This record gives sequence, C-alpha cells and structure tokens, in this order.
Amino acid sequence: MSTQVTKVSPASLASAPHSGPGPVERILDSLPWWALPATVVTVLGLFGLYSIWTAFLTGGINQSGTYLSPFYSPTIWKTGPVSPALWVLGSPLLFRATCYYYRKAYYRSFFWDPPACAVGELRHRKYRGETAFPLFLNNLHRFLFYLVLIVTGFLWYDVYLAFWAPNGHVQLGLGTGIMLVNVILLSGYTFGCHSWRHLVGGGLDCYSRSALGQARYRAWRWVTILNQRHPVWAWLSMFSVVITDVYIHLLRAGIFVDPHIVF
Amino acid sequence: MSVLDQPAASVHAPAEDVLTASGLTGEMLTLRVLKGVPGGEAAEVAYQVPVVTGMVVLDAVHYVQHNLDTDLACRWNCKAAKCGSCSAEVNGHPVLLCKTRVDDLPAGPVTVRPLKSFPLIKDLVTDVSRNYEVNREIPPFTAAPDDGTPWRIPQQDIDRLYEFRKCIECFLCQDVCHILRSHDYADRFYGPRFFVRVASLEMHPKDVLDRREQTREQGGLGYCNITKCCTEVCPEHIHITDNAIIPLKERVADVHWDPVRFVGRKLFGRSGD
Repeated sequence: MSTQVTKVSPASLASAPHSGPGPVERILDSLPWWALPATVVTVLGLFGLYSIWTAFLTGGINQSGTYLSPFYSPTIWKTGPVSPALWVLGSPLLFRATCYYYRKAYYRSFFWDPPACAVGELRHRKYRGETAFPLFLNNLHRFLFYLVLIVTGFLWYDVYLAFWAPNGHVQLGLGTGIMLVNVILLSGYTFGCHSWRHLVGGGLDCYSRSALGQARYRAWRWVTILNQRHPVWAWLSMFSVVITDVYIHLLRAGIFVDPHIVF
Repeated sequence: MSVLDQPAASVHAPAEDVLTASGLTGEMLTLRVLKGVPGGEAAEVAYQVPVVTGMVVLDAVHYVQHNLDTDLACRWNCKAAKCGSCSAEVNGHPVLLCKTRVDDLPAGPVTVRPLKSFPLIKDLVTDVSRNYEVNREIPPFTAAPDDGTPWRIPQQDIDRLYEFRKCIECFLCQDVCHILRSHDYADRFYGPRFFVRVASLEMHPKDVLDRREQTREQGGLGYCNITKCCTEVCPEHIHITDNAIIPLKERVADVHWDPVRFVGRKLFGRSGD
C-alpha cells in the first residue's frame, strides 16, 4: 500500500485578503440616516410637481408628430374642460402608490415610520399600519396592475406608431429610441410586480399537481428575476417617463428638432 | 471597585502577554459596552482592546471578558455565524457580533449594546423567550392523514423553502422591526421571523393547514408596512420581505381583497388558486 503525496504551494493556503466593503458601500455607510429619506422625498416630490405641471398646466395634448407623451396615452378625450391626461394618469400613479416598493419608500421617507432601520420614530402615536383606512386600500394593488397592463399595451402601440413618419415611411429617430427605452423600462417595472409574481404562480403550493403547473412555475421564475430588481425598474421607469415627456415638450415647442432617418 | 463604579470613559490597559501574541496590528480599539441589569444602574464602559488581524467584535468582547472585566455577560456559541446567539447592536445596528469585522467599521470607538426590542437580562444578554411563545402559537406542519409515505416531492415544489430553512433564529429581524422596537406590539404582532415560518409552512406542498386567517388576526400581518429593515439585517440574506411577508400579504388578499375570487368561491365553491 503506497501513500500518495500531493505538494501544495504555501501561497495557495494563504487566506484571501479581506477587502471589506467596496468604495460605494463605504460612502453609503458614511451617509447619515436621513440622507436616503431626504433624497426620496425630494425626487418623488419633484416628480409629483412635474406630473401636475405637464398634465394640467401645459395646455392640450403633449404630442409631436407621431410621438405621444406617456402622460397622455391612451388619449381618451382630446377636448374638454379638463386635461386629457386626467383620464389616464390615475391608474399608473395609483399603481405606483400601492406598489410594495414605493410603499417602503414613502413609509420611510414621508411617514417616517420608521425613517431608517433601528432609528427611533419621531411621533409616538397609535400605530395601525395597513390594518385601517386608508392604508389598507394598498391591498388593491393587483387591480391597479390589471389597469396598468392596458395602459402598457397602449404605450407599446405608441412606440409602434412612432416608427412611422407622418408621410407613411418607416423612421428611426431619437424620439423613437427614447419612447422604446421608456416602454421597455415600464414593462420591466410592471411585469416585476409582486402581485403579478403571486398571481402568475407564487400563490401555488404545489406546481407539479396544478393545472398549467409547469408553465406557471417557469413564469414565476421569470417574474422573480424581474422582481429582484423591482426598485431599480421603478426608479428608472419613472425617470424615463419624465425624460420622454420633456423630450416631446421640446419638440413641440420647437426648441429641438428630432434627429431621424426616414426609410 | 466594580466596573460600574468607574467613569464611563475609564480605560483598561491590555495584558502584556497578549501584546506579544501573533496577529497584533499594534492598534488599539476603544470598545464601549453597555453594562447593566434590569432595574439597576446601567453605564457605558470603555475598554481598550488590542486589534488583531481579522478581528470580529465578538473577539474584542472575549478579550474584555478574559483580561479586563470577567463580569461582562455575553451570549455566544459557535462563533461561525450559524447559531444566532451573539446578536447585539454595534454602533446602533443589529448584527451578529461574530460576523462583524472590526476593520469594516468606521474609525473610532465601537459601541456595543444589547438588543433593544427584548427585555434585558444582563449586559449584552437579553431574554428572547417571547419568540418561542409565538412559535408555539403557529400550528406545526400537518400533512393529510391519507398522504402515505415515503413522499416523492419534485424539486420545483420545494425550491422556495430552502431559503426559509436558512434561518438561524438570531432574531435580529425581530429586533430591528419598528413594530416591535418602537411601537412595542409584541402582544399583537408575530414579527418577521415568524412570518418566514408561516410562509415556509403555507408554501409547503404537503402541508394542508390554512394559517392565513390566523396570521392576519393574531399575527398582525397588516401592521407590517414592508419597510424591509428585517431583510437588511438578516445575516443569512433571506429575502424576508419579498419572499415571505409580501407573498403572505398576497395570499391574505386572495381571501379578503379579491372580488373575482370571492365570486368564484360563491359560484363554484373553490378559491381559484
């Protein structure tokens, strides 16, 4: 019986150097606890003000050629005493207001309940959470998801229309690209929704014995991939909606000319 | 003179023989530990601890126990982040002492305090027995009586449950949850650890009990406003909010907030799941 000896270099036994937190993590760790809530309040507040301005104070539908602003899509009524945006903005805004990610963001930043983890709350009053009106209405998130599905469908149709120049030829413009990126980001946010994740398969206990169990299991896994980055999709899609709207405002006001190629 | 009789900023000198041990960096750490007993006086006592390469906060506490203050109480067991015993708050953050490296912390004194959401026993040791009482309230795993063994469970049916089984019951999530920590709702709110347990049972393909109503009523699921602090502090990186609490909220919504399913139940006597 022989003994086999394998030589191991001392270097391979040395423990890997501890790198610790990365530079970004160190910066985030060094920020005071109120930095994140203050940022969220500022950004969401500005988004709210911008939404009011573009929907109600700019006059008419924000449209330039075949480019239609997401704030006005689908255009249900083009004329009337109130802005056409009023009829379509409700479901996307309420969808975001009841979204599980945004709930975290505004409970922390606006309600300070809590403002940050392991940080004491400023107001010590009777806490009811989501057990009482109006916050228990957040449980209706899934129905707003259904409505937003319809809106998202219209936004994809708008992108399709944006590929067509007014003279009927196919066009590729900067606006087309912006609208396409916007609808992709919005779809990533919408289809990463926690309620959708539950409805598509998360609510099942036993995939192997359920109707369409295999398909629903696969769908649940795909939605889970999107869901893991739900906050990123939420912020990026919010910014892309604003960028798209600003861009069409600039075209409409004649401040900027859309660079494009017509085939 | 006991340690509590000394001023909070009092400094203890390290033992000479320890300074000669290998791995010493030559730096000293100021460790400020809250010492006290319920109903008695409490004080933050500062100790000077020699820093060793790769040192974790539990090492520093052990150094204090062995060399400076043998009276200091601290619960620990494995020192491998697997037993969940050494939970405490370092610089105000709920963490495992054995998993918190000193060189990852900002420069300056390191403060160690007991878990805030649980009754104090002594120094860094708290009474977490309330968690075991909550656990007893949750009906255990129950299979159908006619479901004969051995079971053959396809992987896809059991995949989700592995994550929940990683829980080491350190109760950091219970400690950081503001509903227990700030609002003191221990009498009406199970807390994140037990929503994980309920989720693991509810999603089990062989379990036949329905705990949704109990989780909503006695468990106070509606109090959770999903601020995700439980997920942030979990040393096992369990996605407590996304994978346990929100799915439970959605399952409760199936019963209470879904008119389509309500009509389906009335007409066809089934949930529509």
